[in-house]
Amino acid sequence: MARDDVKTGYKLIGTRPNRPDGLDKVTGRARYGADFSLPGMLHAAVVRSPHAHARIVKIDASKALALDGVKAVVTRADLPTGLTGEDLNLQDNTLAGDTALYDGHAVAAVAASSALLAQDAARLIEVTYEVLPHVTDVDAAMAPGAPVIREGVADYSVPEGMHGNVARYMEFGHGDVEAGFAAADIVRAQTYRTEATHQGYIEPHACVGQMGEDGRGEMWVCTQGHWYIRRMCAAVLGIEAANLRVTPSEIGGGFGGKTTIFMEPLSLALSKKAGGRPVKLVMSRSEVLRATGPTASASMDVKLGMKTDGTITAGQVYFRMQGGAFRGMSPIGEALPCAFACYDIPALKHEAVEVIANRPKAAAYRAPGSPMAAFAVESLVDEMCRELKLDPIAVRLKNGATNGSKSSYGPVYNVIGLKETLEAAKAHPNYAIPLGPNQGRGVASGFWFNHGGETSVTLAVGEDGTATVMIGTPDIGGSRASIGLMVAETLGIPYENVRVNVVETGALGVNEPTHGSRATFASGKAAVEAARQAIAEMCRRAAADWGIDADAVEWKDGAAHPAGPNAGKHPPMTIGEIGSKMGSTGGPISGHHEVTAEGVGASFGTHVVDVEVDPETGRTTVLRYLVVQDAGTAIHPAYVEGQYQGGAAQGIGWALNEEYVYGADGRLQNPVFLDYRIPVASDLPMIDTVIIEVPNPGHPYGVRGVGETGITPPLPAVASAIAGATGARIRSLPCSPPKVLAAIKAART
Amino acid sequence: MSKIHVSTTVNGDPVEFLADPRETLLDALRNQLDLTGTKEGCGTGDCGACSVTVDGTLVCSCLMLAAEANGKRVETIEGMAREELHPLQRKFIEHAALQCGYCTPGILVAAKALLERNPDPTDTEVRYWLAGNLCRCTGYDKIIRAVQDAAAEMRQDHRGAA
Amino acid sequence: MRYHTPTSFADAAAIAAKATGTLRFLAGGTDVLVQMRAGMVQPDDLIDLKHIPGVDQIVQTPDGGWKIGIAVPGIVLGGHEGLVRDWPGVVEGMNLVGSTQVQGRATLAGNLCNGSPAADSVPGLIAAGAVVTVTGPNGSREMPVEAVPAGPGKTNLAKGEVISSITLPPRGNNGGDCYLRFIPRTEMDIAVVGCAVSLRLDGDKVAEARVALGAVAPTVILSEAAAQAIIGTVLDDAALAALAKAAEGAAKPISDKRGTKEFRIEVAGVLARRAARIACDRAKGMGK
Repeated sequence: MARDDVKTGYKLIGTRPNRPDGLDKVTGRARYGADFSLPGMLHAAVVRSPHAHARIVKIDASKALALDGVKAVVTRADLPTGLTGEDLNLQDNTLAGDTALYDGHAVAAVAASSALLAQDAARLIEVTYEVLPHVTDVDAAMAPGAPVIREGVADYSVPEGMHGNVARYMEFGHGDVEAGFAAADIVRAQTYRTEATHQGYIEPHACVGQMGEDGRGEMWVCTQGHWYIRRMCAAVLGIEAANLRVTPSEIGGGFGGKTTIFMEPLSLALSKKAGGRPVKLVMSRSEVLRATGPTASASMDVKLGMKTDGTITAGQVYFRMQGGAFRGMSPIGEALPCAFACYDIPALKHEAVEVIANRPKAAAYRAPGSPMAAFAVESLVDEMCRELKLDPIAVRLKNGATNGSKSSYGPVYNVIGLKETLEAAKAHPNYAIPLGPNQGRGVASGFWFNHGGETSVTLAVGEDGTATVMIGTPDIGGSRASIGLMVAETLGIPYENVRVNVVETGALGVNEPTHGSRATFASGKAAVEAARQAIAEMCRRAAADWGIDADAVEWKDGAAHPAGPNAGKHPPMTIGEIGSKMGSTGGPISGHHEVTAEGVGASFGTHVVDVEVDPETGRTTVLRYLVVQDAGTAIHPAYVEGQYQGGAAQGIGWALNEEYVYGADGRLQNPVFLDYRIPVASDLPMIDTVIIEVPNPGHPYGVRGVGETGITPPLPAVASAIAGATGARIRSLPCSPPKVLAAIKAART
Repeated sequence: MSKIHVSTTVNGDPVEFLADPRETLLDALRNQLDLTGTKEGCGTGDCGACSVTVDGTLVCSCLMLAAEANGKRVETIEGMAREELHPLQRKFIEHAALQCGYCTPGILVAAKALLERNPDPTDTEVRYWLAGNLCRCTGYDKIIRAVQDAAAEMRQDHRGAA
Repeated sequence: MRYHTPTSFADAAAIAAKATGTLRFLAGGTDVLVQMRAGMVQPDDLIDLKHIPGVDQIVQTPDGGWKIGIAVPGIVLGGHEGLVRDWPGVVEGMNLVGSTQVQGRATLAGNLCNGSPAADSVPGLIAAGAVVTVTGPNGSREMPVEAVPAGPGKTNLAKGEVISSITLPPRGNNGGDCYLRFIPRTEMDIAVVGCAVSLRLDGDKVAEARVALGAVAPTVILSEAAAQAIIGTVLDDAALAALAKAAEGAAKPISDKRGTKEFRIEVAGVLARRAARIACDRAKGMGK
């Protein structure tokens, strides 16, 4: 749905111009992480543990080093000691210390004159392991008798008596849940489970790193956040961050998984050891699936009390999540607040534990924690709606969070758009389409906080009246176009006259990654402020030229104008005229803005999905899918739609087919796209989208981040639709055909 | 290990290079010929990011040895635009049928091969033809629309030219 | 790795017989290259069979059958009018292997010799009664397709032997075949269960039938019991139920990451029923 029918008074915001990187991307010219080469470059390969848990007894690289063309081998012994906390976690994950903690954990790396030779050399590095007991399942990791896989992993939050694999504990709530349950007409409690999934970006991690004898280096890398990469690589290698310059390439998808480091420091360490020659390190797909950052697996208990009229009287959750073998990596801190964020419930109790397991170090995946929490809570809400024969949208409208309601996790909501999404879903033609045999409809709502974060932007006015904007948030969803639109709108110049560049770490102050759906919001907000600063300076130049006060000049339609008849008669001075003279009127004209951006607006969404299930095989076909979500203001509607559709597709994959499968030996059984099944083109229908716009007062153009909310509702909505189609409720994702068929048969008996 | 001399035509240009026997066509395109538009997404023929055509047939270049390209005619994304963009390329930009763009070269090459075989496919035919081209960003909706819009324009041009 | 391009099967067989290390044949490469990339196999010798004359040809045999060269890719099979008319079940099995891109390279011989229990082209070939010609250092012999697979990743070919062609018998009148597979997505998955049925009608009754089940045992099962369940019947509901039961009984699957044992057994029955119906419609000239 385009914005074109809504009167906003914006000239450019809400239109759909071509994105600036489009031409390069459709011609193959755009340069991604692995597309960069330097003279003298070597290629690297990584040796990885084939055991889920093992002591590393010995590493013998002599045969590898004896091969012609092999230039360097790096092991943990080459990295500095003395790190603590998350820096130590990062270093431990870059190269295992004395213990390999998961199948695929890096143990050594080698650089050679070709990629094939590097792989041959890697195979010649002999590692002696002493295999240790392992555990990979979240509940099994806490069960009595489960091996404690790391000593001392619990932090201050963990109560006495919990299993040694419990790393963190969290609880909060309000009101009297026992009274709330007592006041309900029905109280239901269920357990829901989700398995780990991977962000599934099509571009594997890739970097080219170069580091000289002086400890200064450069890196070209596909990343969502190059300042983070710089800081993390520096910490792991024991150098100063300022000694490292990181340039982001175009990025082939991230979804949170490229906000941190995995193997990047190895390219620098190898380069230094190889006499400063650049080293290219590209992960294979199986390395990506085994050894980057999938999301957590979760086991979740939910209890809800509901009256027959649909009023929810109390809610309680206890989530158990594992984020790999490192403390702090599971999203319990987000999952709990998200659990009831769509509701205004008088009594709530939240509890969660994070458990460690012999799995890779989890990273963020699009609204981390929110999809799992939504699967649990929204599924139970749906179960109770069906039991009481209530419409799922009506129940959400009845209990839904609104402007001014106190959120489930503490802050009071300012202006939000949940109810608008519910109303729009209810009114949409899809909601009225009659269902046939073996078909079912599911509804769910979802939430993401969104984020502001450290942001730094500079804008320069060109001699030709163009504006060049330097931002620090890599473009993963079209944010260059959206920021270009906002700057063009602010300056009153054509969109084509604005250039938005994502610049390297040496060119701007610190920027947090493109995460938390913040790029369009925060970089956009800062770009608008930078443009306003440039405008103020341009008005001063015009005022000086006209001999009037600077505050007697206003900016309109790309030019400085006298503000009112008292300012005198002066023809407008365009940005081009001011730009062409700036060298002699005071110098180059810029604007800049640095902020830890606040004023974030949450984005709520409601999804409706229709499925058909083959009752003889349990196979689910998605017939129709509708995303309704609040964007605040859709700066570029096509890219907002794209986020809605992309999030829905990932959620559908998570609901139906995607899962990490670990064998009894603790090894990942499906590290290839053949068996890690993401949706293919023939699996999905067209994905209908409705953009709701409840502008966020905290942003000059009303922007809310939109990238993350969309992956949340599909998990419960698809499971609920399957329940509608079959009478069988699946409480453990994915809803794979064997599970669905078994549930159908059980429901029949 | 001695290298194999490969003579082939890429995007209409005759090229020669020495290939390691184990080197794939994808590796050769990217590393020997600096044609980095074709991507590796999986190395196992599951994602289609490495799609090229060889003697007019759509293939995964990660599943061919460079040596097998000897004497063949290879077309990559870099050869798709002639004096101007191919309608598919234009429509992808117009319809916002790409986000990160990493799968885009493979999808464009695959879609072009489809439309050369079947100028008027149904949505279902387009989806099944492209099932081997994974996209993680778009959910495929705008991709299908862009392909159909390009197909319509190409049918129009063809009728106009006829 | 030594890369060979022999121009006759005799030469190919001779190279293979002399090879001492790890040897692989290369037709479409859609299995071998994947295995090389994954580090599962590092061939010392790779014999590319595509330079042998005739390997990319489909030729009708004097009795009306079809002789298929070992380098004919799936997409060419799928475009061959005669093959599609006579043996749609064989063609659709091959055409389900992988993506459009994989179809541009993958071959019947490669699919068969890779030895996956879930290979999509094999049940259809077996149900059709196809044979392969095997050429070795001592000449050529014929084997029914069902004699080739020896277990996961293994064939019954001796050292130095290579498949040199695949021959389908004449379809004859009133015959029809079909291959169905179960996968969780719509494409791009390995078969969780596969079933091919080839039958001939005499009037309304099934006069001959062959039922082959894939992905439910280490090698494809050619089930006599399942065939008997429908021979002599008009393929009514009772016959189809008996067929399903027989297929369930014949299936000997394992539980793995792609499906549970119970699920595979049940779906074997479902697919057998559905494939038989389609084969019957095709035999009557009704189906596509």
